[in-house]
Amino acid sequence: MDVILFLIFAVIAVVAAINVVVQTHPISSAISLVGVMGSLAILYLLLGAEFIAAAQVIVYAGAIMVLFIFVIMLLNAGAEVKKGQSTMALFLGLPLLAGLLLVMCWYLQGWFPAGTSVVFGGFQSAAANAAPLQAGGSAREVGMALFTRYLLPFEVTSILILIAIVGAIVLARKEME
Amino acid sequence: MSGIPISWFLMLSAILFALGVAGFLFRRNIITVFMSIELMLNAVNLSFITFSYKLQKVDGHLMAFFVMVVAAAEAAVGLAIILTVFKNRATLNIDEIDSMKN
Amino acid sequence: MDEFIVISLIKVLVVFAVLMTTLAYLQWVERKVIAHIQVRPGPYRVGPHGLLQPLADVIKLITKEDLVPPYVNKPLYLAAPFLAITMALLSISVIPFGPTIEVAGHKTWMQLTDLNMGVLFVLAVSSMGVYGIALAGWSSNNKYALLGGLRSSAQMISYELPLSLTIAAPLLITNTLSLRELVEKQSGGIWNWNIIHGGQIVSFIVFLIAAFAETNRVPFDLPEAENELVAGFHTEYSSMKFASFFMAEYANMITVSCMATLLFLGGWVAPWPAEYGSSLVPAVIFALAGVIALYHAANAARSRDRKTFPVFGVVFLLIAVIFLLPMVQSWLVPLFWFCAKTGGILFTFMWIRGTLPRFRYDQLMGFTWKFLFPVAVLNLLVTSFVVALVS
Repeated sequence: MDVILFLIFAVIAVVAAINVVVQTHPISSAISLVGVMGSLAILYLLLGAEFIAAAQVIVYAGAIMVLFIFVIMLLNAGAEVKKGQSTMALFLGLPLLAGLLLVMCWYLQGWFPAGTSVVFGGFQSAAANAAPLQAGGSAREVGMALFTRYLLPFEVTSILILIAIVGAIVLARKEME
Repeated sequence: MSGIPISWFLMLSAILFALGVAGFLFRRNIITVFMSIELMLNAVNLSFITFSYKLQKVDGHLMAFFVMVVAAAEAAVGLAIILTVFKNRATLNIDEIDSMKN
Repeated sequence: MDEFIVISLIKVLVVFAVLMTTLAYLQWVERKVIAHIQVRPGPYRVGPHGLLQPLADVIKLITKEDLVPPYVNKPLYLAAPFLAITMALLSISVIPFGPTIEVAGHKTWMQLTDLNMGVLFVLAVSSMGVYGIALAGWSSNNKYALLGGLRSSAQMISYELPLSLTIAAPLLITNTLSLRELVEKQSGGIWNWNIIHGGQIVSFIVFLIAAFAETNRVPFDLPEAENELVAGFHTEYSSMKFASFFMAEYANMITVSCMATLLFLGGWVAPWPAEYGSSLVPAVIFALAGVIALYHAANAARSRDRKTFPVFGVVFLLIAVIFLLPMVQSWLVPLFWFCAKTGGILFTFMWIRGTLPRFRYDQLMGFTWKFLFPVAVLNLLVTSFVVALVS
């Protein structure tokens, strides 16, 4: 059952990712990227990462990609015009890409023997502070780690977001007459 | 009940990352290049969370969380830069935005 | 395992049927409420007091010509209403309507599924609802639709910020993300509800204002206002696709009202405990309604009323008797309280629609970024200080 779910959503993710790279109009690429993020969110749920799956949908697919889609709609630049594509490069490049990926998969298969396998519900939190049936990636676990061990990076990222806000406002405002 | 071998997740992460690199190198539209960067970041997130499962620690989730936050900040500033470039050069093709002089 | 699947399927069918009927009749209620605010009768002729008006509307929408203009971007055009209605209906699946219900020996929750991150799920699904509107505006290839779609999406994502922050404040008090546990921690009576015990009155008001903007309702309905932008993002849609956008809007309204009830008003918890008679309240209300209907039937103004009012009166009295049966009281009375509170908030939605004018777009965006967001942040700070000091 887990294997079927993984296969379905992995295939959707790969097909959507190929679509991102291949489509000419940026908005089709953007929507395919939303599809990739959605299927990755389901794979995170399989790995017991509940909070990150929700954060992926809320932050990545629901805010960042909406920002991309806004900019594409505002600029309205149209589909990309392809010129100077050589078919020889396509014939050489695609098999090479597939070959390199196969070699990489072969090595990955060898480094991680079949001992560890992912089962839905296989990531349980440490028994000390967990309520029963809490996944290891639940909001409680992530929150405890975020506010104790990772407090400094958390504060630094809040300053980073402040910098980004100020930068975006300065770049996008109209010129003062 | 057998689960999914953990190397499959890493293979998927590698494939998505390779596709992101391919899009980054081959596409001429600057927004599509930016989206390929986001694809690469997502592939890396999957890798972090897979290793977090393997080691049974939650630290990988925290790393993925920080990657998401940084990606959000980068997307905001990057898109503002793209808007400004479009206002000045009226093109989104990176082949035509290749010199500082107009 | 099989029993679980069968029970879940039955629950899905029941919830879906009730939800679809409620969506249709919510439009009837809205038209009646706005009509009475404007001192006119509202839908009156199709069936007694216009009660068959939603049926007539459904028949009209289904049989209208389903036009797909040739200049639209077809895949996105066809996908946008699907996205909108799917995301709107998906968030109902985690909302608990009452405590456990026992039918023919099988006990089950009155909820389709209780995720232990239910609040995050609702937030995630409502973030994805923005896409339906943005894509509808873009694919229509029409400048009014594009403007409406862009404005509506920008408004929805801007108001998601105060919405999420005000959801976080009662979560600090109840310490759980599961919607069922949220209500169970507010049990006891009105003094235990989050709005009074947790002092979340500011959160409640900010949540309601952000909810108005999230669902594109007056006073924040500029993106779909008829006299501003033709019809906004759904200009080029006809028949069932247009109906899906409307159903999505009403379903969003219902979701947001249910969330307000669960987070702040105590869900299905009665205002005072059942030992002091709060289980008799629904029976009393319906009995009163039945008596009033029968009284008006006796001295009716029109001959038609002499036939319809007694029927209404008898129906209301029967419902009052059902509320008194002890075997259904354990789940019917909490369900009544949940529906009463959600209905009160929905009535507030309609009341404000009939009363307030709409915001201009720059006023709307300035309102959230300069006022509502700082208020939500301050509210969260104050709540966390109080929680840290008290515990």
